[in-house]
Amino acid sequence: MLSVRDVVVKRAGRTVVEGASLALERGELTAICGPNGAGKSSLLAVLAGLLPAASGEVMLDDRQVPAIPAREKARLIGFLPQQADVAWDISVETLVALGRLPWRSVPGRPARASRDADRHAIASAMTAMELEALALRPVSQISGGEKARAAMGRVLAGEPEWILADEPLANLDLSHQQALAASLKGQADAGRGVVVVMHDLAAAMNHAGRVIVIDKGRVVADGAPEQALSREVIETVWQVPCQWLGEAGARALAMGQSVA
Amino acid sequence: MRRLSLLLLAALVIALPLSLLAGRVWIAPWAEPVPNATAILMELRLPRGLLAMVIGAGLGGAGAAMQGYLRNPLADPGLFGIAPGAALGAVMALFLGLAAIPFVLPAFALIGAGGAMALLAIIAGRTGGIALFTLAGLMIASLAGTLTSLAISLSPNPFSTSEIVTWLMGALTDRSWTDLWIAAPLTLAGLVVLWRTGPSLDALTLGEQAAVSLGVEAKRLQWWIVLGIGLVIGAGVAVAGIIGFVGLMVPHLVRPFTDRRPSTLIVPSALAGGLLVLVADTVCRALPMAIELRLGIALSLLGAPFFLALLLRLRRELA
Repeated sequence: MLSVRDVVVKRAGRTVVEGASLALERGELTAICGPNGAGKSSLLAVLAGLLPAASGEVMLDDRQVPAIPAREKARLIGFLPQQADVAWDISVETLVALGRLPWRSVPGRPARASRDADRHAIASAMTAMELEALALRPVSQISGGEKARAAMGRVLAGEPEWILADEPLANLDLSHQQALAASLKGQADAGRGVVVVMHDLAAAMNHAGRVIVIDKGRVVADGAPEQALSREVIETVWQVPCQWLGEAGARALAMGQSVA
Repeated sequence: MRRLSLLLLAALVIALPLSLLAGRVWIAPWAEPVPNATAILMELRLPRGLLAMVIGAGLGGAGAAMQGYLRNPLADPGLFGIAPGAALGAVMALFLGLAAIPFVLPAFALIGAGGAMALLAIIAGRTGGIALFTLAGLMIASLAGTLTSLAISLSPNPFSTSEIVTWLMGALTDRSWTDLWIAAPLTLAGLVVLWRTGPSLDALTLGEQAAVSLGVEAKRLQWWIVLGIGLVIGAGVAVAGIIGFVGLMVPHLVRPFTDRRPSTLIVPSALAGGLLVLVADTVCRALPMAIELRLGIALSLLGAPFFLALLLRLRRELA
């Protein structure tokens, strides 16, 4: 269980998360939704142990997240930042292989076993993100969507117990959005904890098992997608008149005055 | 990667003995015997050639690590203000007229480098953030440069002014085994430190936040980088003065032959840096000029157009 209790986060003197308390479970795809500047990315970074909480507790099972040694934490929690920002023109395969960095020279693991495990993890991450054909391509020569998949592949290669991703679906075309969402769901079904910041409320509605809505640094809704993303919640938080259309699992959000 | 390093190593092994032949007098087994040939080779050219390799290796390796740390292909090991700090220390030794005493000038230079490192740590060392760190380095570089100018303008006599100015240009003329014994261990230690930061620099390829999520401890990495660069650059400036552009150029030349991860770049850059400085110094020595061309000037003459070409290429890529 990954949890926060009464967490307050400050950035440049401004409070961006105010007293959030949540407990996230393995085996579930949780979406964090909210308007711009609501504190979604900050909450995610605190959960990943990348941003210190001004007060409150962040726990992974029975351990304080900030107290877990950096490399071990990196093996437990994989984090995908919002921007796929790659400084050097490395190949897609090299990029994915960077996900293995937390596993290098782990005490008590023989070098050969470690090399085999690395190779296997990289190969399965490449397969999961359909990157094999791009393996040797430099990152400067792939599209934005391909770069997003490669970045996700890097996280998967680390074989973390938890995957925390900040808007992984942005920049993807419809089919790859669908594929990545399904793959994240698959990771959750395989027993990992998956926490994803999503802007696309329909994607959250259709793919997530649980949705957390935050607004102005506070958790305002938390539960099954139908409840947490009900029309009332959306109209209060985003202040947009709207209506859900379609069947469960394939819903679309209609917005605008005329639907109200 | 290993093949590239072996190739560069082989080139060094061939280049070093060849470089010993060249100079004001050519010494070759097939040419006419030169009086004092053994003394010239063993006491002048061999230590100078080895020192060129050491200085170049330090600059090349430090440049690769700097570019990896700052995630910027235009970064140079001089950016942190450690080289200007070391130069200021050496200039103080010259200014105070203490440079003739053995070990005093290099010791002053190392103190200057250490001072710059300490200042960096005090200003920027709290957070481990890279932007503030770079700004602090630039501030220290400009402060040390200003103080160096002040020392020149206040220098007690024209002789000491000219001594300072000449020294600042960087050269390996008349360096001895002593200089090699000062520079080599410190440079080697610094390169080992930088080499060990390799995996962390690889993680930084993905940005600071992603690197931390991959288990990089930003503050600790910053300390190791400062220590490694400080040892390498401090030692280099202490015995050879300021030699620019090598740390910028060499990683660029080497990068296309690697998989472009910073960790695979450090060792080949060190070897290629050693080769470049050895060849450049040999050319300086062998040029038929009345006064020997200073190595620092020669490399800047080579480096400035290179830098310009690099900028133009980057501009084209960004356009």
